[in-house]
Amino acid sequence: MTAPAAAPDPILEVRDLTVSLPGGLDRANAVEGLGFDVHRRQIVCLVGESGSGKSVTAAAVMQLLPRRVLRVTGGTIRLEGRDLTAAGAAQMCRLRGNRMAMVFQEPLTALNPVMRIGTQIAEVLRIHRPDMAAAEVEARVLALMEDVRLPDPAALRRVYPHQISGGQRQRVMIAMALALEPALIIADEPTTALDVTTQAQILRLFRDLLTHHDSGVLLITHDFGVVADVADHVVVMRHGRMVESGPPGQVLTRPSHPYTRMLIDAVPRFRFRAAVPAAAAPALQVSNLQLTYRSRSFTGKKRETHALDDVSFTIDPGETLGIVGESGSGKTTLARCLLRFEMPDSGQIRFGGRDLAAASRRDLRDHRRRIQMVFQDPYKSLNPRRHVGQSLVEGPVHHGVPKREAAERAAGLLEMVGLGGDAMRRFPHEFSGGQRQRICIARALAMEPEIIVADEPVSALDVSVQAQVLELFEELRRRIGFSMLFITHDLRIASNICDRVGVMHRGRLVEIGRTEDIFRNPGHAYTRELLAAVPGGALGTAGER
Amino acid sequence: MALASAPPPSPARRLLATGAGLARSRTLVIGGGLLLLLVLLSLCASWVTATDPLQIRPRARLRAPDWTYLFGTDSLGRDVFSRVLHGGQVSLMVGLLSAALAAAVGTAVGLLAGISRLVDAVVMRVVDGLMAIPSLLLAVAIVSLVGPNLLSIVSAIAIAEVPRVTRLVRGVVLTVREEPYVRAAEGLGIPTPLLLVRHILPSCIAPLVVQTTHMIAAAILAEAVLGFLGVGFPPELPTWGNILAEGRPVFQRAPWTIVFPGLFLGATVLAVNILGDGLRDRLDPRLARTVKATP
Repeated sequence: MTAPAAAPDPILEVRDLTVSLPGGLDRANAVEGLGFDVHRRQIVCLVGESGSGKSVTAAAVMQLLPRRVLRVTGGTIRLEGRDLTAAGAAQMCRLRGNRMAMVFQEPLTALNPVMRIGTQIAEVLRIHRPDMAAAEVEARVLALMEDVRLPDPAALRRVYPHQISGGQRQRVMIAMALALEPALIIADEPTTALDVTTQAQILRLFRDLLTHHDSGVLLITHDFGVVADVADHVVVMRHGRMVESGPPGQVLTRPSHPYTRMLIDAVPRFRFRAAVPAAAAPALQVSNLQLTYRSRSFTGKKRETHALDDVSFTIDPGETLGIVGESGSGKTTLARCLLRFEMPDSGQIRFGGRDLAAASRRDLRDHRRRIQMVFQDPYKSLNPRRHVGQSLVEGPVHHGVPKREAAERAAGLLEMVGLGGDAMRRFPHEFSGGQRQRICIARALAMEPEIIVADEPVSALDVSVQAQVLELFEELRRRIGFSMLFITHDLRIASNICDRVGVMHRGRLVEIGRTEDIFRNPGHAYTRELLAAVPGGALGTAGER
Repeated sequence: MALASAPPPSPARRLLATGAGLARSRTLVIGGGLLLLLVLLSLCASWVTATDPLQIRPRARLRAPDWTYLFGTDSLGRDVFSRVLHGGQVSLMVGLLSAALAAAVGTAVGLLAGISRLVDAVVMRVVDGLMAIPSLLLAVAIVSLVGPNLLSIVSAIAIAEVPRVTRLVRGVVLTVREEPYVRAAEGLGIPTPLLLVRHILPSCIAPLVVQTTHMIAAAILAEAVLGFLGVGFPPELPTWGNILAEGRPVFQRAPWTIVFPGLFLGATVLAVNILGDGLRDRLDPRLARTVKATP
């Protein structure tokens, strides 16, 4: 890593920063006594779990805090020597964009959907450099698009945000941030919404641009893999305080604070499970599943998307099959087909001696009990208006279990997933994300299913919580013995929990086999690409469980 | 397990059970109290005032308010106080009934249209057609066809409001049914009708309450307009609409003929709106929590 030690004046100097929360909350300050520097050509990573105050720090630097709720009550923030906490609104307006710029997490919502991307990049220039000639602006836009490696800038600047991929959108955002050659770029989880392969490309781009444009980057992330890949300096935050900081080599390999150690330990690593002998008869057999979405454009041109293209696999009783792939590869469509939320065009889903793909509504109701799903977003998959108990009891009661018995079982299940029995009478919003996902798992188990389909069940959770939920899955599977289809984009997580894994690419299952075999000797080029893109190569340690 | 024997109390029951709940739902108490007061005043009109609302007194025409005639008299010398109180019976009934009817029918149709493509295709075209006709014109047509009585006037006003409710509910259903928690319930094998009532309908309540309070006010006014156009209740029957319509020509000389029924109408609309706000806050546990958290 190339941190220039001989740079005396930092671009950004944060000293003893304190941001106060309104009274009556669990803590008095969102950020407390935080201090760090960002130098030229340096990437400083602010790492921490949700609620640690990372994003508040970024907003404080940009002076974008919601004024009535959060206030900077102490410390200084200096950008190239100027104290931002004392800067007026007009001065901040000139500084934002000009000397510091921000890249957001979700590139789709941060771009104006009804404006061509070229125009959006040009707008930044037009506002801050009104004396720039039109031809000059155009040339600059093309150069910027070239800079962030957008293919064919001349043609691409005429398209709208929805017509390009997530990675390309993030490149547009970065081009906008770079437009005025700011000294500081603040990137708030810039790659979290992106696929692993795209993430790797964007991170590499940041590193290249840094040297090219002579700026500094404050990168906010929760992912230690990202830190290991790009950071020059790491600041670990917890509950608004800095617990540790230093060069990544030191923080990652010899963390001094137990919290840092815990976070690093929680980062999933490649760890394979021992092989299990194949069962005589599979619990679920999927053959030649096919689903094509057809749409017609405004001009009447037909478009076909093969969401599932000739997908076949089996799951043995008690086995966990992982499905990995990028977004848009058809993983979730597959899950939805197994639950029959979606009707496949053709193919068979044989389960319990019956073909679910052809089952009638009535048969389906009976079968739904036996296949249960755990959804990605625990914040949205519980009815906010119903008590946890009501949500847990509803399904079994509907399938004929007496109410009292169902309630007893639900309380037992909550106990089993690590929540107290009093959780029954509380509402979902009273729980954290990890606890809610536990409730969702208990809800699925309440139906006593033979198969659980888990669609990215841990991707919305913090790493430390992720590890706990994965452990819970593992323990429950040992105790209860259900089969599981585990969908994830994270190969490291797949290696931890899956007996076998299938790799999906553009609706096709390109490779399937024992997890260890596939990851150690990938047969398909796409699998190799996925493996190469896994963040945090420096952290990766492979071992047998 | 307590849950099995006693289901969690409904928001209304919980409210009655705890005094703390009452203190927290100030809006509910104020709105409900005011509406209750108005309803009671109307229902007990004969006890509150001994004067006959229909009695014409040629010698006491357009008297300003005094201790004999609290709200003054109208152009025929009838006691405005008595007429306003008695008028409330009809006006409140028309307002509440037509809003309830429109909300019930509109919600049922909207739920069906949101969940079934076939119903959606057919029903929404009918709704579009209904919306194209000015609602008052529709009401006038229906009442003149059937003749003015409580049932015909209530249904005429309700029919004109149904399309709005249907569209509102359908819109909510279309968004909510894609929510993971609805999918999850579907995955538990919950049949569609229960899914609609238990998991989708509650999300419609907040916008529905707002719409309904608006409809109550609009219905009271619509009844007034019908009366004014001569197709509503017979003019001698005291309703707030009729009183307002009759007061209009003499408004400059005797403002009390308009001001007092207007005040009652305004108070009703206000009460219903406050009540609606309170209900919406109580029915959503997430909002209920925010209310609690703010000191």
